[in-house]
Amino acid sequence: MEPHRGDENRHHPTPSIWPVGFAVGIASVLAGLVVSWPAVVAGAVIAVVFGFLWARDAMATPAPVGREELGGVPAGAVEPEVVEDEDVVDRYPRNKFLELTTLGLGGVITGIVSVPIVGFAVLPAFTDQEHKTVDLGPIDNFPENEWREATFLLDPARGEVSRRTAFVRYNGDFEGQPSYTIISNRCVHLGCPVQASGPRNENERKTVKTEQAELTVTPVRPANFSCPCHGGAYDTEGNRIAGPPVRAMDRYKFGIVDGHLHLLEPYSVGKVEGEGASAKLEAYGLQGPGEHVDGLEAWLYPLQPQDLR
Amino acid sequence: MIETPPRRPPLPPPTRRRRRLSDRLITLVNVPLDWLEERSGIVGGVRYFLFRKVPSDSNWFHTLGSATLTAFLVQAGTGVILAFYYRPTPDEAYESIREITHEVTLGWLVRGMHKWGASVFIILLFLHMARVFIFGAYKYPRELNWIVGFSLLVLGMLQGFTGYLLPWDQTAYWATVVGINLNGTGPIIGPFLAQFLRGGDEIGPNTLTIFYAVHMLLLPAAIAGLILLHLYLVVRLGVSSPPWSPERAGGPRPEEEPRGPGLVRPRARGRFAR
Repeated sequence: MEPHRGDENRHHPTPSIWPVGFAVGIASVLAGLVVSWPAVVAGAVIAVVFGFLWARDAMATPAPVGREELGGVPAGAVEPEVVEDEDVVDRYPRNKFLELTTLGLGGVITGIVSVPIVGFAVLPAFTDQEHKTVDLGPIDNFPENEWREATFLLDPARGEVSRRTAFVRYNGDFEGQPSYTIISNRCVHLGCPVQASGPRNENERKTVKTEQAELTVTPVRPANFSCPCHGGAYDTEGNRIAGPPVRAMDRYKFGIVDGHLHLLEPYSVGKVEGEGASAKLEAYGLQGPGEHVDGLEAWLYPLQPQDLR
Repeated sequence: MIETPPRRPPLPPPTRRRRRLSDRLITLVNVPLDWLEERSGIVGGVRYFLFRKVPSDSNWFHTLGSATLTAFLVQAGTGVILAFYYRPTPDEAYESIREITHEVTLGWLVRGMHKWGASVFIILLFLHMARVFIFGAYKYPRELNWIVGFSLLVLGMLQGFTGYLLPWDQTAYWATVVGINLNGTGPIIGPFLAQFLRGGDEIGPNTLTIFYAVHMLLLPAAIAGLILLHLYLVVRLGVSSPPWSPERAGGPRPEEEPRGPGLVRPRARGRFAR
């Protein structure tokens, strides 16, 4: 007969490696959600397999602790006695099993249902949408060393809500290549529309039809750029000269296709030295308004949605 | 149920028809209520919820909570009606708001109630919070209710943020641009949060529908659930006394003497009463 076993031993879980594998699987799923889909699948498989083994182990009636205490007696010889033990028989009664099964199955079903729902709600925060090229019309509309304010549809399919503004200046040729300064009017403080501070020639506004949409090109002569919301101000190279902005204004890359100026993807600028064609930029990937690109504060933004493409 | 004691001994059938009108009216009310009570217990439940003891020295400041609840109910009611006529697309949102204000019958009134009621709701939230704070009503055993109430405050302000975009005019648009970008300046998760709120990397149609769905489905449901929890805790713990009260709030409650039949049932006593 088995010696007295203390109550404290009765509910000890079996020493087991399975929970570790289960945890690794879950961690792999979570990391995979951000990094790669195969890792999610692999993690899910690991979690399910190890979870099953763990549950099977945990539900096995006699704990190995009990067997070890019996010394050299073969396990098979002991089991009938163990089954006769009332405590052991009552340890996992049928209703307990059903209760666990119901809870477990309910949990699995909830999980299966909610993973795609939560993913659908949250994933757009981590994915980047591709930037569409915008046709700004013939380059004749942008004479040398003059500013033009161009308003255009970023995505004609979305309509007027995607109308954006850029300030364009043709700097002449630089080392045999045409040079443009194209500044986005999104304030890098909190995203309000920056205006050109200076005369604005509405009479000479041109409406340009391109293949995708209609855009307007208006001559402006800015002494600087300023923002109506919180008083941010920039010089004509986009450097901050007053107010709360944290960096220079964002710019667009450009290309020239069939005599038309094309806007490519926007990028962020830390600081501009020099002017016009010979200006030197500290260029960074596009950041949101209010995010630092240089200095100590830049460490607060180690990851950007577009980094996780 | 309210028992109506017979005012006179039972009379023979012919005279019975000429009972006093008030008796007959009371019977008329009581019969369906009794029917309901017998099958659902709901009358007793309502009575248990509403007819309870409050500290004798409670004052008008104690009404701020139910005033806030009323403001929320007004917002919910007017919001549902506004949703009949509002169209959450960039092309039509502004136009539909214009129609509500100028063309729908009494639309200006309902929209005005919702717009100004929003401010009333937030102001009342803060006043109620100030009352609870100054009276020390957040102390044991009501800490959890303070936390629930604070969550309600946060959700209420999120309602303000999401609702502000819906008129889709210049103020709404640029205020939301600034609001989203403010979220974007948060360290580490800020850019992701901003992108989630925008529903993409640029403000567009998705932003409007996301704000609309959050404003009228997600947050109201969450607020309603938390209000139920808030009220449950109020009922369970009772109304606190003002700080100058000689009655100690939060201590063990004295056993109450049983009452006779009346508006308050004898069952509502002990730790639930007061």
